[in-house]
Amino acid sequence: MQQPDIESQTSRSSNGQRNGAPAGATPGAILANGAAIQTSGEKPGEASKQTPWHDTLQVLLGNPRLVVGLCIVGFFVLLALVGPFLARQGPTTLSHDLFQHPSLQHWLGTTQRGEDIFSQIAYGARYSLLISFGAATGSTLLSMLFGLTAGYFGGWIDEVLSFLINIFLTLPGLILAVVIASFAVRGPLSILLVLLVTGWAYGARVLRSQTLSIRSREFVAAATTMGEGSWRIIFTEILPNMIAIVAAGFVGTFIYAILTEVTLEFLGLGDITVPTWGTILYWAQGDAALLAGGWWQFVPAGLCVAILCAGLTFINFGVDEIANPALRQVGKQRKKRKVVV
Amino acid sequence: MRYLLRRLGFYVAALWAAATINFFIPRLMPGDPAAAFIAKIQQRGASVLSPNMINAVRLQFGESDEPLWIQYFKYLNNLLHGDMGISISQFPSRVSQVLITDLPWTLALVGLSVIISFVLGTLLGVVVSWRRGGWLDTVLTPLLTFFSAIPYFWLALSLVYILALSLNWLPLGGGYDTLNPDLQVGWNSDFVLSVLQHAFLPAFTIVIASLAGWMLGMRNASITTLSEDYVLMARAKGLPERRVMLAYAARNAILPSITSFGLQLGFVVAGSLVTEIIFNYPGIGFTLYTAIISLDYSMIEGVFLIIALAILAANFLAEIAYVLLDPRVRHERGN
Repeated sequence: MQQPDIESQTSRSSNGQRNGAPAGATPGAILANGAAIQTSGEKPGEASKQTPWHDTLQVLLGNPRLVVGLCIVGFFVLLALVGPFLARQGPTTLSHDLFQHPSLQHWLGTTQRGEDIFSQIAYGARYSLLISFGAATGSTLLSMLFGLTAGYFGGWIDEVLSFLINIFLTLPGLILAVVIASFAVRGPLSILLVLLVTGWAYGARVLRSQTLSIRSREFVAAATTMGEGSWRIIFTEILPNMIAIVAAGFVGTFIYAILTEVTLEFLGLGDITVPTWGTILYWAQGDAALLAGGWWQFVPAGLCVAILCAGLTFINFGVDEIANPALRQVGKQRKKRKVVV
Repeated sequence: MRYLLRRLGFYVAALWAAATINFFIPRLMPGDPAAAFIAKIQQRGASVLSPNMINAVRLQFGESDEPLWIQYFKYLNNLLHGDMGISISQFPSRVSQVLITDLPWTLALVGLSVIISFVLGTLLGVVVSWRRGGWLDTVLTPLLTFFSAIPYFWLALSLVYILALSLNWLPLGGGYDTLNPDLQVGWNSDFVLSVLQHAFLPAFTIVIASLAGWMLGMRNASITTLSEDYVLMARAKGLPERRVMLAYAARNAILPSITSFGLQLGFVVAGSLVTEIIFNYPGIGFTLYTAIISLDYSMIEGVFLIIALAILAANFLAEIAYVLLDPRVRHERGN
């Protein structure tokens, strides 16, 4: 049950890769100790002259992976905000243009019922981003609650919570999601609930092991001696040291949420009348669009998911590199070594 | 040994938890699946169900007038006897019968793909980390990262479109050639060949989609290991490069991969079930899909339980492998 030490060896980018993995919870970020994370915001010498905000911004923009990731995600947020206004017809409006290739009139073609696919993609972006954001936020809060409580209090509380965490970790999340979703009333709220139930455990485990190691530091002992309450210590002393891990966990759960949501809807477990990326694919499959050669019904939605998830993965890599100076130093050393060779 | 027993206890408890979740989910959900199901039948059949049948359906959905805890123990008792109820979509087969026919297909397809992908990914990870920054690393790492960000089912759809539909190289789906009347199901060369031909594309999909996870995990673990002193020492001794790479670096770097094997397995299996749906593959995933469409709840629950069982068993095997590989666990983790 207790294997944080092994887990911490798993290094960084093994996270967020697998399909549906809430793995973005960045085992590697564990390597970044609390102290190291805090240094990322303030370079010695510079910090005194510039505002901390400016400096933070510089660190963030100095990381190419993070910038690329943010641009991709920004594009989709823009699509979700502006896209619906660009669409010439509503996502469920039927027209006489049945099953047409992409053209100037219909940027991404139409379905067999004459619905405009670009319009569906744009509205779908809104839906997918909102649901996944909600699920990621909720799961992150849950994982913080479970992980920090288990790690800080220890004893039987830890035993019970770890047991719960491990159960939810080992049970196949997507299948559990399918079971829950098939019983629930079809709709966005059920999907959100399913994502919450299945998405929190990985982050909780990572946060728990990190809390365990931070707990034994002097500053926690000092706070205890000063008579601070447990919850105050947890949230104002321990939590700030794990911001990067929480952030990475958030992004990882975001990826998991998008992939799972699209898969559930593809299986017809969402509300199939609401246009989303998953339901576009559901209808494409149901209408046998592929057999009819209608690639435009499949390609845009799938590419959107893939590119968005790749963007989020890049953000995770970037956060990792910023939070963990060791990773950056390894890079520099490698370059130096190359020069010598 | 005590460590393994303790772990075994955990897995039994996890299995019990899975069964319990399975029992309570239908009973906790708002709405009334039984009523929805009856309405659906009556819509289709246009006939009114007799009170007895309605009662039977309600029992099927776990709505009975008995106290919940009695129902719960009956349910557990039935499970222990391998009784998971009757399938509605494949009436009147029992859920357990359907699962037993499906299981070999899924085990063969998913099991083989996972093993291929794990071995290949791990080896690639070792090679890539050995020449970090080389051309293989620069090309393969981002490419596979992108592949792994694609939902399985969509990757499968694209491959079907390109390889089966446009190029016509491989069959579209199914477990074997059902249109060929000469083909006899059994251990003959034609049948085996047909099965292999049909399994290739789904297996390829699973391998491609899950390769990156194993490879990146191994790559990063290896990079850490390569900077260890004992690797330097091995090199200094002038050992052959392959020996240092495999016996010194890889052997130690593989440990985290095995730890995360269980965690990742769940995602791979879930993803491959969806892949089965695309390929109409006669395994558990496809059964799950038919069950969802026809609101066959006992079947959905049965599939969940059997997959949970399989994944927990695989996890346990991975832990045994871990104990065998890592002497530290054997000696220190006596608790």
